[in-house]
Amino acid sequence: MNLKNYNKTERELLSKIKREIDRPINFMEVCGTHTVAISSFGIRQAMDKRLKLLSGPGCPVCVTPEEDIDLAISLAKQKDVIIVTFGDMMRVPGSNSSLERERANGRDIRVVYSPLAGLKLAQVERQKKVVFLGVGFETTAPTIAACIILARKNKIDNFFVLPLFKIIPPALRKICQAPQLKIDGFILPGHVSTIIGSKPYEFLVSDFHKPCAIAGFLALDILEGIYLLLRQLKTSPKVEIQYRRSVRPEGNIQAQKIMAEVFQVTDSVWRGIGLIEKSGLLFQSEYQNFDARQHFDLPPIKTKTNLACRCGDVLLGLITPFDCKLFAKTCNPEHPVGPCMVSSEGACQAYYKYEYRQ
Amino acid sequence: MHRLIKEMFLKYFSNPVLARLGDSAEITKPKNRIAFTTDGYVVQPIFFPGGDIGKLAVCGTINDLAVSGASPKYLAVSFIIQEGFPFVHLEKICQSMAKTAKEAKVKIVAGDTKVIENREAQTGQQKNGAEIYIITTGIGIYPPFMKDYSLGVEKIKPNDLVLINGGIGEHETAIILAREEFEFKAEVKSDCAPLNQLISDLLLICPRIRFMRDPTRGGLATTLNEIVESTNLGIIIDEQAIIIKPAVKGICELLGFDPLYLANEGKVVIITARTEGEKLLARMRKDKLGKEAKIIGEVVKKPKGVWVRTKLGSLRPLLMLEGQQFPRIC
Repeated sequence: MNLKNYNKTERELLSKIKREIDRPINFMEVCGTHTVAISSFGIRQAMDKRLKLLSGPGCPVCVTPEEDIDLAISLAKQKDVIIVTFGDMMRVPGSNSSLERERANGRDIRVVYSPLAGLKLAQVERQKKVVFLGVGFETTAPTIAACIILARKNKIDNFFVLPLFKIIPPALRKICQAPQLKIDGFILPGHVSTIIGSKPYEFLVSDFHKPCAIAGFLALDILEGIYLLLRQLKTSPKVEIQYRRSVRPEGNIQAQKIMAEVFQVTDSVWRGIGLIEKSGLLFQSEYQNFDARQHFDLPPIKTKTNLACRCGDVLLGLITPFDCKLFAKTCNPEHPVGPCMVSSEGACQAYYKYEYRQ
Repeated sequence: MHRLIKEMFLKYFSNPVLARLGDSAEITKPKNRIAFTTDGYVVQPIFFPGGDIGKLAVCGTINDLAVSGASPKYLAVSFIIQEGFPFVHLEKICQSMAKTAKEAKVKIVAGDTKVIENREAQTGQQKNGAEIYIITTGIGIYPPFMKDYSLGVEKIKPNDLVLINGGIGEHETAIILAREEFEFKAEVKSDCAPLNQLISDLLLICPRIRFMRDPTRGGLATTLNEIVESTNLGIIIDEQAIIIKPAVKGICELLGFDPLYLANEGKVVIITARTEGEKLLARMRKDKLGKEAKIIGEVVKKPKGVWVRTKLGSLRPLLMLEGQQFPRIC
């Protein structure tokens, strides 16, 4: 095949990028959708090898710790409970089991594509308690908050949410503080930034002098994001919005308001990273009756961690999936050991699917 | 049951062989080799844009025969129906099967119906109402010019071309949308269609096509992987040559699916000698099922396996699908 025919704009941008690279550089793409896009567009193969693109903690399933999966499983075992969840959660291994395995054992666990479907189910199954697993970032939290407001308005008292939400900027602060990390710039998430805007990232520039670009999800968007970062390295760091067709500096104010109405910020444990201050969401006191943690009497969770699994290091950009000893040996999409191999947005699955060849 | 046979099956599938209502259908022994295949259909929902379980059951078996180079002639149909299944639905399915069979010039010459108990309905656990499953078995006859030739992966050689008769992922996308588990709507129709006419026309102008397969479950990616697995060769496909309708692309982006792994029901992947490529392409484009036909790739000695040449010109591997695709969270 003749390469001359290939997309001119993208190839031109690629050569412009190559001209800017004069030393080893590490950029982190924070969002899982970016990770998949980089792998599937073949950006890494086309890139100068001195520029490394490392995946960050931007896949919601991947950063959910084992104890939260165990908690969800213990909820599924309660009498008259229906667990509703996004599909990616089903196969994530907890200490001893997964939701998929529990469903096979007869627990009532259903996959939905929107929290509203869970609310509708609660309206039909009045005698059951419907618990939605609240996993996600600033992208999903507003829709779930809207759902909760609706549940309160319609006086639905058998719908609950297990709040496992995470928010992105505090995790980035943690990454910048890690001494072993050498990240020269961040490709920031397009979807999350559509909600929160560009301002919450300003500290990356003021406190850590890191170049930042909020990018879209096409090959051209990502390449342009990389180019902006390289230019900033030579001039001065700032938070630039490449993904202008979706992101405004102030973000989506309406979504932010709904989120603040229902949730408050709390400390949260991230898989592989540990506790990060003010990086999670909890119900505001007037919405506490929707909190599954408050409503159910849950046993204390004893978590067993698979020590060989290095998803934590992958999430921090310390290693690439190829560096993990389990990768493509005991861990593959059919039999995943860690969450990064389970989720379609996980770095390990993206590398396995698009970059690995036996 | 007698009423059902008379009012439904004889009415819609009428032909002299079936009308005899014997225990077996009697057909005359053909001069040439025959192809013989069977498949079961359990699709949910049973009606979807672009088709229904009946059309799918007829097309699926016809296409399996057609891609082996045979010309499909006869079908046997077996229905397994849960009690309480609406008569009007059955009638609609039979009409659609009859229409598709007629279009494809295939006769439905034998059939069976079993009504089974509906335990879920009795215990109130049924989610989708009474169900129906259809099994179709088909016989095809190879044309005289294929007397001493079988299509097969062993015929594939380096430098061969890979063709497909149009865009990918439409059937599975239509099914995903028809399940109404999502809050969004889009205009996507299943590509479900009988391919025998198109394929027989192609074989007439190019009797030595190396290999054909319909990329159904697992999509184009899985089919290409199955092909190279037993050849020790590689296939490189060109990302830019593959047609993915905007609606299919949009749904895939929203859910985190890869259209290369989505099922098709009216597509055929053809591998042919490079010299025959343009001729086949031109012929395909004359057919209503091949208007958007494309040469999408080539067979290579190295690298082995299936590869995608991306927009940027880089090569990335394309693996077999591992397990089910789950929609992503954000």
